[in-house]
Amino acid sequence: MTDTPPAGKPSAFTLQDLAGESRSFPTGRPSLICFAKEDCATCNLVAPLLEAFHRTWGDHADVWMVAQARDGAEILRDRHGLTLPILDDSGLRTSLAWDFESVPAVFWTDAGGVTAPVMEGFVKAEWEALAARVSAALGTPAPQVDWASLPDWRPGCGSKHLDPEIHDRLIAEAEGSPIRARRIEIAASDDIDEFMFDQGFSDGLPLVPPTPERVIRMLSGTTRNPQDIVAIVPPNMAPATVEKVAINAVMAGCRPEYLPVVIAALEAVCTDDFNMHGVNATTMGASPVLVVNGPIRHRIGMNMKLAALGTGNRANATIGRAVRLVVRNLGGARPGGVDRSTLSNPMKFTMCFAEWEEGSPWDPLHVERGFRREDSVVTAFAMTSGPVQIVDQESRQPDQIAGTLGLGLEGMFLPKIHRMPVDALLVVCPEHVQTLTVDGAYPKDRLRARIQEVTSRPLSEMVSNEVSGAGIPRASAARMTADMLATLTPKFADGKYIHIVVAGSEAGKFSAAFHGWVTGAMGSTVVSRKIDC
Amino acid sequence: MTTILDPTDERVPVARQITPRTGTIEGVIGLLDISKPRGNVLLDELERLLADRFPDNEIRRYAKPTFTKPCPSDLRLKIKSECSVLVEALAD
Repeated sequence: MTDTPPAGKPSAFTLQDLAGESRSFPTGRPSLICFAKEDCATCNLVAPLLEAFHRTWGDHADVWMVAQARDGAEILRDRHGLTLPILDDSGLRTSLAWDFESVPAVFWTDAGGVTAPVMEGFVKAEWEALAARVSAALGTPAPQVDWASLPDWRPGCGSKHLDPEIHDRLIAEAEGSPIRARRIEIAASDDIDEFMFDQGFSDGLPLVPPTPERVIRMLSGTTRNPQDIVAIVPPNMAPATVEKVAINAVMAGCRPEYLPVVIAALEAVCTDDFNMHGVNATTMGASPVLVVNGPIRHRIGMNMKLAALGTGNRANATIGRAVRLVVRNLGGARPGGVDRSTLSNPMKFTMCFAEWEEGSPWDPLHVERGFRREDSVVTAFAMTSGPVQIVDQESRQPDQIAGTLGLGLEGMFLPKIHRMPVDALLVVCPEHVQTLTVDGAYPKDRLRARIQEVTSRPLSEMVSNEVSGAGIPRASAARMTADMLATLTPKFADGKYIHIVVAGSEAGKFSAAFHGWVTGAMGSTVVSRKIDC
Repeated sequence: MTTILDPTDERVPVARQITPRTGTIEGVIGLLDISKPRGNVLLDELERLLADRFPDNEIRRYAKPTFTKPCPSDLRLKIKSECSVLVEALAD
């Protein structure tokens, strides 16, 4: 009992008792409500007293115990042979609303509906006085209690609803707040940026502190429920709620209107097809490369022109970074842990850009992949290198520039390795597009065929030799006929592995290629997701 | 005090840095009562033992307003600026 007891705020509730019966307060009769938990010694001390009160006053008043855990309620009942109604407040909402600090907490409400100040803990004199007062008011004999056998005073235990792990959530629920994530309090004397680095939240660059205010603002970027699960994030297989994604998006530096893109990108990469686990783990150092199509590109100000693959645009930079931070912080993929990249690559910070559909003579990527032009879509590629520049300022014929793009792709992994069942993402710059189409349409399939044509080399050039041990083993080559060794073999096992988009400034004859990882069921497959906006 | 929201899956408690142990005590020793009943009894005894063993060290007493809430940041700053080490007493 403290010198100045907290006010306590009795308020109406309906809870179920252990028999499954609903019990509501106010009861219409005088009542004694005692909050308790089974692991509190003082609650166990007073349980038999409450039972005695119930037996004496039960015809005229309600004597209820409100237990703070369902199994605890059963334990108290069985341990003390209680017959009084024991109510289940395992949700702790009633405890929160009644606003006391310790259990046992006793509230006496008289026939006039007036509730006396809360008694917390056990002070024998107070309990004895209460018993006498209530018995007098109800006109009953005194309850059968051997007061002399009881200690004068025992402290209570902290009420369960004040447990820091629970209290914030209860407050948030009571206030209708969308925030459920654990709150971390950083002392004024701590440096918040250093703290976040120390906790391992960062990819190595500074983070925007995810304060509740910022996260709530971020959540305004989507209509989805903050507790919806967006994806299960490998390798920890952690559920990523919209709220958790928003927290990481704040840290990455996103604006709220980018959040739908981040969510769709996570839905894409956290699929079995994309295989984020393998992409993280491979020693080859793969990372998602995100391409955004559709109207949202303009709405959120993405860069698809000058420096589209580089720095300076907030949306491009932070959307890709937010996805990486979710995978790091929720999925637990960290270098040296599940990320085993030998060298890794800077795309693991971020790699996201938009296609310049208006500058393309072709269907945009998302339309090619089955979406409507007016849909906004993000497409994820698992790439290990890029963007690798392909430089050609001299070609003036369509087939020449197409040939250049093919030769530029031949270096993927190693020039002598051909017939690769591996994705590549070719970003054709506007000036190269202009040259390709100078004589009229130059369909993507023609470009793919030209790439295959110019990269076709005899198998004999792919045999392991003194220059490079990679390629066809010499023993295998020795069993081949001359005709077989002369067979022309293109770079890619099929033209379908060549993905083509348009981006970049209108000045400069510099295209670029991203090189894939292991494509297919053993590795990663390209995944697109419509953006909910 | 700044509050941020945990960006992780919350499987691991937020780790606190433990100050390196030097094996000696220099400067002011703080004793913090969290205001749970009988915490003062424990700290009185501890103060007596510490005063015996470290007669050259000053001992100062502090108390949180209530055990159910975190230490107010001004009290935390005061303790940090005044003490080299702090013993915080739970009393259950």
